[in-house]
Amino acid sequence: MSAIGLPLAFRRRTLPGFSLSLGFTLFYLTSLVLVPLLALLIRPWSLGFEGFWDAVTAPRVLASLRLSFGSAIAAAAIDSVFGLIIAWVLVRYRFPGKGLLDALIDLPFALPTAVAGIALSTLYAPSGWIGSILAEYGIKIAYTPWGVLVAMTFIALPFSVRTIQPVLADMGKDAEEAAATLGATRLQTIFRVALPMILPAILTGAAMAFARAVGEYGSIIFIAGNMPGISQIAPLMIVIKLEQYDYRGAAAIGVVMLAASFIMLLALNGLQAWAAKRR
Amino acid sequence: MARKFRNPTDDPLALKLLLGAIAISFVGLFLVMPLAVVFKEALAKGLGAALTAISDQDSLSSIRLSLIAAGIAVPLNTVFGIAAAWAIAKFDFPGKTFLVTLIDLPFSVSPVVAGLIYVLVFGAQGWFGPYLLDHDVHILFALPGIVLATIFVTFPFVARELIPLMTDQGRDEEEAAATLGASGFQTFRRVTLPNIKWGLLYAVLLCNARALGEFGAVSVVSGKIRGETVTMPLQVQLMYENYDYVGAFSVAAILAMLALLTLALKTLLEWRYADELAASHRR
Repeated sequence: MSAIGLPLAFRRRTLPGFSLSLGFTLFYLTSLVLVPLLALLIRPWSLGFEGFWDAVTAPRVLASLRLSFGSAIAAAAIDSVFGLIIAWVLVRYRFPGKGLLDALIDLPFALPTAVAGIALSTLYAPSGWIGSILAEYGIKIAYTPWGVLVAMTFIALPFSVRTIQPVLADMGKDAEEAAATLGATRLQTIFRVALPMILPAILTGAAMAFARAVGEYGSIIFIAGNMPGISQIAPLMIVIKLEQYDYRGAAAIGVVMLAASFIMLLALNGLQAWAAKRR
Repeated sequence: MARKFRNPTDDPLALKLLLGAIAISFVGLFLVMPLAVVFKEALAKGLGAALTAISDQDSLSSIRLSLIAAGIAVPLNTVFGIAAAWAIAKFDFPGKTFLVTLIDLPFSVSPVVAGLIYVLVFGAQGWFGPYLLDHDVHILFALPGIVLATIFVTFPFVARELIPLMTDQGRDEEEAAATLGASGFQTFRRVTLPNIKWGLLYAVLLCNARALGEFGAVSVVSGKIRGETVTMPLQVQLMYENYDYVGAFSVAAILAMLALLTLALKTLLEWRYADELAASHRR
């Protein structure tokens, strides 16, 4: 690697195909992703900022944004706790059927969201396997805002597990051994040594789970019941606005969702930088 | 009597049992039961009824449309992923990190927003809407729109698998081939491709599963014209909303079996070819 140390401009490129591959990459990315996203960004402002603000703060829209964001935060928190436990069990314990359990974690990635939606809806309906048991205690999940939370928890689980699992596997046991040698109990070691070391991974997994859950549509609309102002999620509001040919209103909600995506991307980059610095 | 030695970094048995029980119950409740209910409902009136529902004309055309849409979107994204990984992993240029972030962007965009952006470009009130209308070109509520939406939601799959894999492998082997007089295409086909083939297959597998199963983005641009612009997941929705539960769950069962097959192949690749996948998938 004689090129190291030379300024970029003076380095000769030994391999062919740079302009072709980069050119195609930029063309494909720009025409299919960036230009259409630009169409979204400039759409909602035809009536000025006030028009945008009115569209976003209309009571039904605001309720849908609150439901999507609130449920996504709750789902990310639930998945972080159970994702951590599942990752811990998969990395640290040995038991029969572990390979199957491990493979099943990715089911929400592979199963189409509409399939998950009708399955969850049937399961949690008052006549379903789980819904009928809960109904005896007067708890209703399907066709209420709780259904949104159940679907989001399902869809986002792999993000938590798959982010924590490799970090936990790479961590090694040196620090835990040191803690045990110094007389810490096992629980003290777990809570004060092991968990702080994987905190960046837990938070990264939570951020990814949140990003996925907040934009989720397919699995939710079947179980939520979609009552205006109560169990309508923000992506559904976009669909409703489009059906009414209110492109500006749909784009306004879309811009809010997109802004949330950008903030999550920035947060994830920040978390990665933090994790790298701690290493 | 000497106490039995316990490794101090092993969890006590009670804790193991507790955490194991929580993990297995959570996976059982949230992942296994939804999967089981799909097959139970599909077979609620017997296998015959399920097969009849699948061989219904609309169901068959939805299967055909899904295969066509994935058949166009997946190869295009594969070519893009290889090109992007070649440029990013084998060369240095300013703005590389930003480019990688942009390629990942479609994963963090809501599927409904992915559909919406193409409506804003090609819809009746969109940028090119009037022009397309004048020239009788159909993009929305037709195959091109469905393909575009599918490309968007599966955009990063191949690139994000190949970029870390090819970066790890470096460029020494390719440089050696080039020094020995191989052309660019020969270098790629004889040196790079054998190194990345399992990673590429892994990515194409996941990309294909998502392409066949995409619902939100496609539902926004499809118009849901029966027998014409209805993909398999949309057919599931239409049948479900018509209270045809056996039909909906039968088509859903095909998709669920595809998902299980994908998971099985994915797990196989992770076990068998772990060293030849991007580091994040190695077990």
